[in-house]
Amino acid sequence: MTAEIGQLALILALLLALVQGAATLWGAWRVDPVMMAVGRSASLLQLLFVALAFCSLAAAYAVNDFSVALVAQHSNSTQPLVYRLGATWGSHEGSMLLWVLILALYGAAVAIFGGTLRRTLQARVLGVQGIVAAAFLGFLFFTSNPFTRLFPVPLDGAELNPILQDPGLVFHPPVLYTGYVGLSMAFSFAIAALIEGRVDAGWARWVRPWVLVAWIFLTVGIAMGSLWAYYTLGWGGWWYWDPVENASFMPWLLATALLHSSLVLERRGALISWTILLAILAFSLSMVGTFLVRSGVLTSVHAFAVDSRRGVYILGVIAVMTGSALSLFAWRASTLRTGALFMILSRESGVVLNNLFLLVATGVVFTGTFYPVFLDAMNLEKVSIGPPWFKIVFTPFAVPLLMLVVIGPMLNWRRDELGALWRRVRWPAGLAGAALVIATLFVGLGHVFTACGVGLGVWLIAGALMLLVRRWRLGEAGLADIRRLVRSTPLAVWGLVLAHAGLGVLTLGVTGMTSWQTNKVLTMVPGQSVTLAGKTITLDTVQTAPGPNYEATAARFNVSSRFGNRALISERRVFPVSQTHTTVAGIGLGLFGNTYISIGDPNPDGSLVVRMWDHPLVDWIWGGALIMALGGAVSLTDRGLRVGAANRVAQPLPAAQAASA
Amino acid sequence: MRRFLFLMPVLAFMLVAAAFLAGLGRDPSRLPSTLIGKPVPAFNLPPVRAGDVGLKSQDLSGRPMLLNVFASWCATCHIEHPLLLQLKAMGITVEGLDWKDEAADGARYLSESGDPYTLAGNDRTGRAGIDLGVAAVPETFVVDRHGRVRYKQVGAIEPDDWEKKIKPLMDRLAAES
Repeated sequence: MTAEIGQLALILALLLALVQGAATLWGAWRVDPVMMAVGRSASLLQLLFVALAFCSLAAAYAVNDFSVALVAQHSNSTQPLVYRLGATWGSHEGSMLLWVLILALYGAAVAIFGGTLRRTLQARVLGVQGIVAAAFLGFLFFTSNPFTRLFPVPLDGAELNPILQDPGLVFHPPVLYTGYVGLSMAFSFAIAALIEGRVDAGWARWVRPWVLVAWIFLTVGIAMGSLWAYYTLGWGGWWYWDPVENASFMPWLLATALLHSSLVLERRGALISWTILLAILAFSLSMVGTFLVRSGVLTSVHAFAVDSRRGVYILGVIAVMTGSALSLFAWRASTLRTGALFMILSRESGVVLNNLFLLVATGVVFTGTFYPVFLDAMNLEKVSIGPPWFKIVFTPFAVPLLMLVVIGPMLNWRRDELGALWRRVRWPAGLAGAALVIATLFVGLGHVFTACGVGLGVWLIAGALMLLVRRWRLGEAGLADIRRLVRSTPLAVWGLVLAHAGLGVLTLGVTGMTSWQTNKVLTMVPGQSVTLAGKTITLDTVQTAPGPNYEATAARFNVSSRFGNRALISERRVFPVSQTHTTVAGIGLGLFGNTYISIGDPNPDGSLVVRMWDHPLVDWIWGGALIMALGGAVSLTDRGLRVGAANRVAQPLPAAQAASA
Repeated sequence: MRRFLFLMPVLAFMLVAAAFLAGLGRDPSRLPSTLIGKPVPAFNLPPVRAGDVGLKSQDLSGRPMLLNVFASWCATCHIEHPLLLQLKAMGITVEGLDWKDEAADGARYLSESGDPYTLAGNDRTGRAGIDLGVAAVPETFVVDRHGRVRYKQVGAIEPDDWEKKIKPLMDRLAAES
C-alpha cells in the first residue's frame, strides 16, 4: 500500500512542480499577485508530496516490503534497521528521490523566507526552481520509478552492497546532495536576475547565504566521502581522483569562486555578469556531478546501474538547462549594468585572480575526468591518465592559489600599494620562510616539495591569524582597546580566519601524508611483534566474531609507543548473502598520525597477512576541511542577521573593510 | 566585441555537449572493430607476485578465458574483486593484467583481497594496456581458445553482465571447436 501512496504522491508532486513553474513565471511577467501566490503555494505542496513519497519508500524499507522491486534489490531482513533506512538512498532511484526532496526543501525556503525579496524576483526564482524540479521528477517517474512492484514477491531481498553498509552511507549522500542542490538556488537567482535585467546588492545579499550553505555542505560531504574511503576501502588512501570524487570537487571549486565573487558584488557592486556566469556553471557542474555517472558516459566506483535511456534523458536535461541558461546569459548579460571600477592592485583584483585560478583548476579536473569522452569523440587513440596526471597538472594551479589566499584579505578595496601590502604580509611571509628553511634542513634538498608544503601550510595559518592581529592592533593598542576590538570582531571575520586557517591545516595534512607515510607488509602469527615508525605492534589474537548479517575474522593488535599501549581490532567481514567481503581496518587515531592495520584472509596454518601503515598528520586533512566548514557556518550566522534586509543599500563601514571571506 | 565575449560560454558549452552526445552514441563497452576477432596484441609482462612467471600474450589461448585488467589503486576493481573470486571458484580461468601499478602494490592487493588469477602480469608503464585499448580499469576481455578477443567489458563486471552477456558467450566458446 505504501508504494501506491508514494507513486501517487510522486505524480502529484510532478504536476505541482509544473504548476509552480508556469504560475510564477506567468505571474511575474504579468505582475499578477494571485498567480505568484498560486506558485508559492504550489512549491509548499510540492515539498509535502515529495516528502510523502520519500517517507513511503523509507517505510517500505523499514517493514521489509519485498514486493517493491527496489527494496528487494537493496535490502534484506537481516540488514540492521539503520542500513535498511540508509538503503533508501543507496540505490539510483532512491538517491534521485532524495535529490528532488532536497530541491523541494530549498524551493519551499524561498517561498517561506523570501517575503522581503522583490515580489517578481521571488516569483521568478521559484519559477526556475519549479522547472528544475519538474525535469527531475519527470526523470524519476519516467525512467527510474522507485515504486515498481515485483511479482512474485520474493521471500527475502538481495543485499545492499556491503561496502555501503556503514555509518558513512547514512550521512554522506544527504550531506553531499544538500550541497549539490544548494547550488540550484544560485542558479535560480542568476536566471531570475537575467530575466529581470537587474542585479543589485540586495540580490547578492540573498544569494550569498545560499551559496555559503551549499559550500559548507559540499565541504563536509566531500570530507566525509574521503574519510569513508580511507577507512573502508582498506588501504588508507584518502583521495583517488575518481570521476565521482572529481565530480563533487568541481562544483566545490566553483562554489568557492562564487562565494568570493558574490562578496565583491555585494560590497562593491562589481563582477556582476561574472558572478551570474559562475552561478550557472556551478549548478551545471553539480548536475553533472550527480548524474553523469548514471549516464553510461563514464564508469566509476560510484556507478549505479547504467541504462542508456536514462543517460539520454539526463544529458538532455543538463544540455537544455545549461544551454538555455548560457544562451540567456549571452542575450541578456550585456545589458546588465557594468560594475564599479577598481585598480590592478586591489581586493577586487585579488578575487578576480582567485576566481581565474579556481576556474582553471576546475577546467583541469574537468579535462582529466572527461578526456576519454573527448578523445573518443575526436576518434583519437585512447590514452590514459590517472592520479599521477592530476598530481602533476593540478598542483601548479593549486600552489599559487594557496599563496594568494593570504594576500587577498590583506588588500584594500578599490586600490592598494605594494609597499603597504608588504608591510602587512611580512610576518606571515617571514614565518613561512623560516618554516621552509627548517623543513629543508630536516628533510634535505631532495624533498623540496615536502618543505614547500610545510612552508605553504604555515603561510596560510599565520596569514589567517595575522588578520586578527592586525584587526586587534596587538602590540600597539592598550589592553582595554584590544578587549573592545576583540569583542567587536564580526563573526564574518572569525569565519574568514577559520576557513583560511583550515585550508592551512589541510595543506599540512596532505604534505605529511604524501611525504612521510611508511608501511610494512608481512605474514604474522599470534604473539609476533614488529616495529613501525617507532611503535611496536604485536598480533595478540585472531578470532571469528559473528555480526548481524556477516561473519568476521577479527585480529587484535597491541600497539605500544612511548605514549603507552592501545589495542586495535582489524576485521575482515564476509557477507554470505552476496558472497562479498569488506575490510574494516584497525585505526589508532592520533593527533600527529594514525596507525592503520588491515588484514588479509587467514592462512590454513593460522598465520595472517598483515599490512600496516603509519599515516602522519592524515587526520589534519579532514580536520582542516571541518575547520573550513566551521568557518563557513560562523560566517553564516553573522549573515543570517542581515538576510532579511534585502532592499537596503550596502553600506560598507570602515570597520567592515577587513571583514570579509 | 562585448557581445561576443558573452557568447563565449554558450559556444564552449555547445562543443562540450557535442562531445558528450558523441560519447553517448558510442557504446563504451564496444571494442574498436579492429580488435574483435583478432588475436590479442603481443606482450610479455613481468610477474605481479614475486617469483611468479608473469603473463605473455601466448598464454591467452588453449581454452576460453577472461583477461581482467586491474590495478591496486582502482576502487572499482575492489568492488569487482569478489565476483572474480567466485568465477575462479566456478573453474573459470581468469588472467590478470596489473595496469599502471607497482608490482609490489599489486601483489599486496592480491594477498589482501584474495587472488583470482591463474597468471598475473605487471604492466607498470601501461604499454600493453595501450595496445589493448584500455581506457580505464577495470576492463575485462573474453578470449577464445585461439587467442582471439571476442568481447570487451568496460568497467566492473556486475552479476547481471556475467549472467546475461559473458557466461552465455563463454558457454558458446567452450562448445566451439
